[in-house]
Amino acid sequence: MNRLDIQCDLAERMLVQFLRKEAGKFGFQRAVLGLSGGIDSALSAALAARAFGPEKVLGVMMPYRTSNPSSEADARTVAAALGIATRKVDISAMVDGYFAQVPTADRMRRGNAMARSRMIVLYDLSVEWKGLVIGTSNKTEILLGYSTQFGDSASALNPLGDLYKHQVFQLARHLGLPECVLEKAPSADLFEGQTDEAEIGHSYRDLDALLFEMVDERRSEAELIERGFAPDFVRSIARRMALNQYKRMPPVIAKLSERTVNHDFRYLRSWGH
Amino acid sequence: MLSLPHLMQCRVELSQIDPTLGNLDANLAMHIAQARSALQRGAQLVLFPELSLTGYFLRDQTPEVALRVEDARLQPLRELSREVTLGFGFVERGSDERLYNSYALFEDGRVIGIHRKVHLVTYGMFDDARDFAPGEDFRIVESRHGRLGILICEDMWHFSAAWLHFLAEADAIIVPSASPGRGIRAGGEEGLHSARVWNRLQDAMALLFQTWILYVNRAGSEDGLIFSGGSRVVDPFGEETARLPLLETGSLSCQVDSETLRRARVATPLRRDEKPQLVAAEIARICGQRGP
Repeated sequence: MNRLDIQCDLAERMLVQFLRKEAGKFGFQRAVLGLSGGIDSALSAALAARAFGPEKVLGVMMPYRTSNPSSEADARTVAAALGIATRKVDISAMVDGYFAQVPTADRMRRGNAMARSRMIVLYDLSVEWKGLVIGTSNKTEILLGYSTQFGDSASALNPLGDLYKHQVFQLARHLGLPECVLEKAPSADLFEGQTDEAEIGHSYRDLDALLFEMVDERRSEAELIERGFAPDFVRSIARRMALNQYKRMPPVIAKLSERTVNHDFRYLRSWGH
Repeated sequence: MLSLPHLMQCRVELSQIDPTLGNLDANLAMHIAQARSALQRGAQLVLFPELSLTGYFLRDQTPEVALRVEDARLQPLRELSREVTLGFGFVERGSDERLYNSYALFEDGRVIGIHRKVHLVTYGMFDDARDFAPGEDFRIVESRHGRLGILICEDMWHFSAAWLHFLAEADAIIVPSASPGRGIRAGGEEGLHSARVWNRLQDAMALLFQTWILYVNRAGSEDGLIFSGGSRVVDPFGEETARLPLLETGSLSCQVDSETLRRARVATPLRRDEKPQLVAAEIARICGQRGP
């Protein structure tokens, strides 16, 4: 038993209801999402399929020419298991077209451009499909800022945003997702051999355990160290969380008038709905 | 005021609705439809959740949907109340443009009582005190169905509020709420942690204050906050007599009577043995030493 374990049937019920209700308010009964072949997008797709019906969910595979071919195969396995519609849009020409003019860009910039190209595709296809873009970012990566701003972090509704990676795996298993996504090491697949854990420098097990104590349980640095977390680990993750706050916020607006959006013009998205 | 007879024998319907945020017309129509069908089912008292006419996380919509209780738009509810007593939540525009998170009871075509939420919840995800002025009293409402206390959501988290209704010999405490569900950890009891805590609170208050608890929470979601539902009726022995499911809209009908009150109070005469004067003196002493 892990301290982060959740009641999966309850989480499923709440998230399915959330998707259906929040999309329905604005007249949407359909969803579109990127299907990477990884566990996060597989789980989002599974929840969307339950909320809207599989025939109303479009899973879009968006490989770049260096993407691992097994990612697309896994995405297809997930789509087939869920019975959702699929579409493939190769983003190589989009990304390479841009970098032909900016050839000096490093690997990080290229990775970000891929993530943002996928966002462009999803938001464009959402018009054709008449569906909302469903997010696939989990709580661990949101807190760490392990995402591309306006890229993979962009969505209308995100059912995974309050689930740590451990809980994503738990719920994915509960929903019976294919073994291929449950077994492989999480990866953004932006370059060859990339894995999340190697890039972040810590295992999801350690990250989830620390973030849970730090955020959910509101423990102080001293308490965390006393509970056995290495001081450097605690401090580096706290710093990382704070540094990446900007990714969790809408753009900052300078206040000039008497009433300013996001400062003292306060309405929910559900305004009047 | 305490001399009126307690005549409670009443079929209560709890209406666990999902109001639309800031859409008064749509919500009013829903109230009328729900109350009419409850009436057909034989209900005598129909209760809606906190801010049932407006939705909960209103923020800057708060002044935009505010009403005086005399507002003509409430006329259909006043009319309906000739046939069935109605309790509903709304943003009340008071004097000096103060806005209150209020709960009104309509009966016999008129307002028989209004409670303004005293304990505005302003922490965590809540920001009541930014938009509302606090109410200033806890008064019993005399209804043809008995002596009714009202505690809006967070009011229930303050023992003293329910205790005052106990002293005033409430037959039932109505607890309208807009509680978002949270806490889904595994390993303990099943269900939402927030809903379990609410249930414990209701059971304890019913037991200690020997009154019916009529808890009516809402369903639906506002942005990512998913209201937990789980409305229920607890008897004066602290036992649940009816409940609605978590998270879904629905309604329940339940008989509430003075006979059960009598039995509970004869078995354990807590009100008789309560010492409010002693408590008042102790409160005065403690507040004198430490401030309010």
